[in-house]
Amino acid sequence: MIALEKPQFAETLLFLEDVTVTFDGFRALNKLGLDVGRGEMRAIIGPNGAGKTTMMDVITGKTRPDEGRVLFGDIDLTRLDEAAIANLGIGRKFQKPTVFENHSVWTNLELALKANRSPWASLRWVLGGEARDKIAATLERINLLPAFASLAGDLSHGQKQWLEIGMLLMQEPELLLVDEPVAGMTDAETEKTAHLLRNIAETRSVVVVEHDMEFVRALNVRVTVLHEGSVLAEGNLDAVQNNQKVIDVYLGR
Amino acid sequence: MIQAPVTPILGRGGVIFLVLLLAVAILVPVLNLFATPGSALHVPDYMVTLIGKYLCYALLALAVDLVWGFCGILSLGHGAFFALGGYAMGMYLMRQIGSRGVYGNPELPDFMVFLNWKELPWYWQGFEYFPFALLMVFLVPGALAFVFGWLAFRSRVTGVYLSIITQAMTFALLLAFFRNDMGFGGNNGLTDFKDILGFPVQASTTRAVLYFCSALALGGCFILARRIVSSKLGLVLVSIRDAESRTRFLGYRVEHYKLFVFTVSAMMAGLAGALYVPQVGIINPSEFSPENSIETVIWTAFGGRGTLWGAALGAIVVNAAKSWFTGLLPDAWLFILGGLFIVVTLFMPKGLAGIFSGWRWAPRPPVTEAAKVSTQAAE
Repeated sequence: MIALEKPQFAETLLFLEDVTVTFDGFRALNKLGLDVGRGEMRAIIGPNGAGKTTMMDVITGKTRPDEGRVLFGDIDLTRLDEAAIANLGIGRKFQKPTVFENHSVWTNLELALKANRSPWASLRWVLGGEARDKIAATLERINLLPAFASLAGDLSHGQKQWLEIGMLLMQEPELLLVDEPVAGMTDAETEKTAHLLRNIAETRSVVVVEHDMEFVRALNVRVTVLHEGSVLAEGNLDAVQNNQKVIDVYLGR
Repeated sequence: MIQAPVTPILGRGGVIFLVLLLAVAILVPVLNLFATPGSALHVPDYMVTLIGKYLCYALLALAVDLVWGFCGILSLGHGAFFALGGYAMGMYLMRQIGSRGVYGNPELPDFMVFLNWKELPWYWQGFEYFPFALLMVFLVPGALAFVFGWLAFRSRVTGVYLSIITQAMTFALLLAFFRNDMGFGGNNGLTDFKDILGFPVQASTTRAVLYFCSALALGGCFILARRIVSSKLGLVLVSIRDAESRTRFLGYRVEHYKLFVFTVSAMMAGLAGALYVPQVGIINPSEFSPENSIETVIWTAFGGRGTLWGAALGAIVVNAAKSWFTGLLPDAWLFILGGLFIVVTLFMPKGLAGIFSGWRWAPRPPVTEAAKVSTQAAE
């Protein structure tokens, strides 16, 4: 295995510094710092309540931090709302697969396709040949080409996860935040998903939150361990798993 | 290769609805004006006005369905937009009375003379011109919906909270319009209309034309609403209804979409009110009463939420039943209405439109083989 202790990424894409979020006195994030390079794939692990989802909320504009900076390139994300951040090129997959169940698979992707998002532009939208090809290519990539006309609500759990990842791809984001992509998947589906994410990470930065250690191992990337809202350890999976502090946290001291 | 799914603008149900509407739009006035009175085919005058009224209600239900059925905005205050459109038309009709009022004042409506007002308030200026009044029929409800929606949707007020504040909005307007010094006739509202565009409002021919205009407005707004919901904008509205935060994280400004559809819907409701007033001959503050808005929601649910034509049909059927039952058993109507709502909720989740769904809608695209295989794998 190649040592990943000193990653060499040309530039930082996402940079969090001293981010603190408090809910009713509870510190969900405590001076969190994170640095994700352009083109990097990073896995985030940590016990329940470590702040993984809150971190995603802060990056995507759902939650405003009390303190700290969140930079995407050189843009401060803490001043923007969800839609503006999404349009800057940050895509987010929720923990529970969230797709538009009353729309067909095709329509789900068509709505996610990068385009002018104003109501007026949507009213006048006509599906062009280029858009058609992009949707078809993504359908192929997420293994849903045969199911393109099915209602998204009729898909299996694993297929919904893929569809949601496909919707992120249609947005052409520079950074994908993926929350527990293999939760509830079969082994075969998990393997396909790992392959899909590695494939995506060739052209984009990806941050994956995951509990499944086998899956994190299959991704073979740098791992950040969160605990009580801050970074506990960082490194490759083997180094992190042998870290005494991490062992203490996971085994409950 | 693969065929991208396309939503037809009208669809089979829409075409059938428009054909039936056109038939009713032509048949009723023709049988009223040209069949000999007393013959089996003759439609009496009162019936023309009654059906015309139903058509206005149908347009109101269509407007409610556009925001509720497709965007999940349960407005319990659409009666306010309907009443405002009605008042705009009523003000024009009042100005047409001229010196034929009881007090014979050529400038001031009777109730202003009665209040000892010396001149027309500024907000009554311009209403003597029909095009101006027509503009206000759209502009006033539209502006209220825009301001209200801008504040509510920007603050992300949704669900039952939004329903409650829409209810509060119409109730506030009810109280305001009751006040004599608002200058809208207070408790009595606006009435005793004489003519519209120079034609006497009581004449059979005028009523037939108003009736036809109501049908035309319903058909036109139906096509417009279908155009909206069958576009990508309509798909986004459904997405907002089903998964609002997913839509936001895809980069759509949810509040802009809601504002657009809420404002369009309010204008449709305003038009319905404007056509309603000359046919019933009166507009008063009771049109703002919250019960009216709630009843409209019941018509929509009864007809079939999210189908547009179903909502229009529901309004017509429920109101026809209301006319019949209030004649037969005046005290029982509210119980029947409540019972109807329960029956629909329990046994007909898709409303009247659902009854026709067996032959109307194409069957769902079958789950393909590949989808089945991986579904089994997942289980």
